[in-house]
Amino acid sequence: MSIHTISVLVENNSGALSRVAGLFSSRGYNISSLTVAETEDSAISRMTIVVDGEESILEQITKQLNRLIDVIKVIDFLDDPFIQREVLLLRVESSKNNRHEIIELGNIFKARIAAVTHTSVTFELTGNRQEIEDFILMVKPYGIKELVRSGTIAITKPKK
Amino acid sequence: MKKTGAQIIIDALIQENVEVLFGYPGGVVIPIFDVLYDTKEIKFILTRHEQAAAHAADGYARATGKVGVCLATSGPGATNLMTGIATAYLDSIPIVAITGQVASPLLGTDAFQEADIVGISRPITKHNFLVKSVSELPGVLKKAFHIAKTGRPGPVLVDIPVDVSRAELENYQYPQTVSIRSYKPNINGNFRQIKRAVEAIEASKKPVVFAGGGIILSGANEELLEFAKTTNIPVTTSLMGLGAFPGDHDLFIGMPGMHGAKAANYALQECDLIISIGARFDDRVTGYVAKFAPNARIIHMDIDPAAISKIIKVDIPVVGDAKNILSSLIKIVKKRDPDSWNEQVMKWKGDALFSYIKSEKEIKPQAVIEALYKETAGEAIIATEVGQNQMWAAQYYKYKKPRTLLTSGGLGTMGYGMPAAMGAAMAFPDSVVVDIAGDGSIQMNIQELATLSINQIPVKILILNNYYLGMVRQWQDLFYDRRYSATCLLGDYNGAQNAGSGNFSSKYIPDFITLATSYNVAAFRAEKSDEIVSVLKKGLAVKGPAVMEFIVSPEENVFPMVPAGKPLDEILEG
Repeated sequence: MSIHTISVLVENNSGALSRVAGLFSSRGYNISSLTVAETEDSAISRMTIVVDGEESILEQITKQLNRLIDVIKVIDFLDDPFIQREVLLLRVESSKNNRHEIIELGNIFKARIAAVTHTSVTFELTGNRQEIEDFILMVKPYGIKELVRSGTIAITKPKK
Repeated sequence: MKKTGAQIIIDALIQENVEVLFGYPGGVVIPIFDVLYDTKEIKFILTRHEQAAAHAADGYARATGKVGVCLATSGPGATNLMTGIATAYLDSIPIVAITGQVASPLLGTDAFQEADIVGISRPITKHNFLVKSVSELPGVLKKAFHIAKTGRPGPVLVDIPVDVSRAELENYQYPQTVSIRSYKPNINGNFRQIKRAVEAIEASKKPVVFAGGGIILSGANEELLEFAKTTNIPVTTSLMGLGAFPGDHDLFIGMPGMHGAKAANYALQECDLIISIGARFDDRVTGYVAKFAPNARIIHMDIDPAAISKIIKVDIPVVGDAKNILSSLIKIVKKRDPDSWNEQVMKWKGDALFSYIKSEKEIKPQAVIEALYKETAGEAIIATEVGQNQMWAAQYYKYKKPRTLLTSGGLGTMGYGMPAAMGAAMAFPDSVVVDIAGDGSIQMNIQELATLSINQIPVKILILNNYYLGMVRQWQDLFYDRRYSATCLLGDYNGAQNAGSGNFSSKYIPDFITLATSYNVAAFRAEKSDEIVSVLKKGLAVKGPAVMEFIVSPEENVFPMVPAGKPLDEILEG
């Protein structure tokens, strides 16, 4: 098993998302994250899919993605160096006593403070998967009230 | 020109040269049927169940190579098409299914006869469309036909809400061309890969051609024959490929796989090179994959890149249309003379690819198929149901030409044969079209006797009646200690025993002769082996449809058999 980040350029049609997702679900594969949005061409959407699975089966899925009529291009980032980012919104319990400590922790990770109340701090953090997960781990002991992750987006590194 | 959505649909079918349309009316497709009422260019066939309309469109497509078309209403009408669409999908058959849908404002409200048909059909169509406005309709229909018949063919569904059918479009024109930027099938094989394939062929000491349905779909049978003649390489074809290579040719070694010919299975296991063209290494063909063709390098030519290395690791892939690839191949491949490998393969082939123990008294199902082959001079179009009847039809009828065997290879759909034969007979009214059926399968779409009768569609239905769901019973016989759970159609196991061999049991329901007669279809029954030929002659002489029932040896098994999960050379011979 290995984690793949797959980017799919599709026609911005109503059925496209479900077609793409169907290739994973029909094999009982759970997509760990999926983001969809328009690209520089509003007729084309980009889906970024993070999935954990058997190498050979993911290769099959990639071929079958290419076969879908709505799919323009498929990139499996395993082969190319790429930049990946994810956004985290995380609300952690805090009181007068530990607010400074929690904010200091956020600073170490370069997280922005999106909101503060008497009982909580809401952080916004952009980073790669590992950075996001490290931050969550550090904040956990204070009590996570709510956590929202955007899912990964990715882009190839420019050739020099 | 100003036209309604419904008029546009019918005009599009005319523009696409659709001669025959199979379907069933219902609430939201009344506007379409209303237009059809005045349409002379298209023959409409009202089936008695939507599933049969889909199979008939499929049978028409397989027999002609053109796109088959079916039409059904929303909800249950459309869900009834699904088995037929899935059947076409797994065998890469080009059909366009048009379904009515509830009015756009009602979509998603659980309206009367509403089902999410684009959702339901998504994994079993090559592509599908929900038409949201009448202005999209001409382009969508053009794309639907284009997608269905190009590349690796397949079914396309177009779901049309009733308000779209009713709406008017100013300045309607059916598009002459189509361009889909995300869909550009690669039809010409890469020449470097073709050269690598030729090098491998010329280096091989023990080559085998494994041809599939792709040969038939691309019309590459003549190129295949020329390739085989030039190189003298033995040819095996998958079930879907039967007819792609003349079944009576010296180089033909039968189909491989679970019920394949020994010659084909041994040749695949022993060869050092498989030249696979338009076949997809189905699990019924490969047997135990890890032990499949252990010494062979594999050349795989296929139009679908996703078929390459899906089951079997391929050494030399060539992506493209079989006809194009083979045309290039035969230009550069060197002549090869028959050698000791050919001798070995011919030794495996022996006098006949398949054999069975003959009987003077009871009717052996294999004997019926052999007799049918003789009586039709091997020129019939054969449709089959699924199960033992299908395997005997594959083993004992020699298919000399492509598009003469219509069978549900991938999905294995019981109830496919009669409506598929109907589709073929609509295209070729002067050909002999026979559905080879079992007594179980035929009952899955038996209502189509009405369609055959009313339209006098000259399909001959050959029922091998063994009182059993024979193929499942065979597995229970061989692998489940003869525990015949739910496979005896007389109601109990003892029933079938007591019915004995070769005697019609009055306990059998229905009596197919009475049943056919009630549909005003001529029917004949044979109970002894000396009646086989006379019943065939009588049935085949009927101008319209006919039923020929053969009470066969009830526990006859299909052999040879490679049990599921075993390598191809571990063959049970009965």
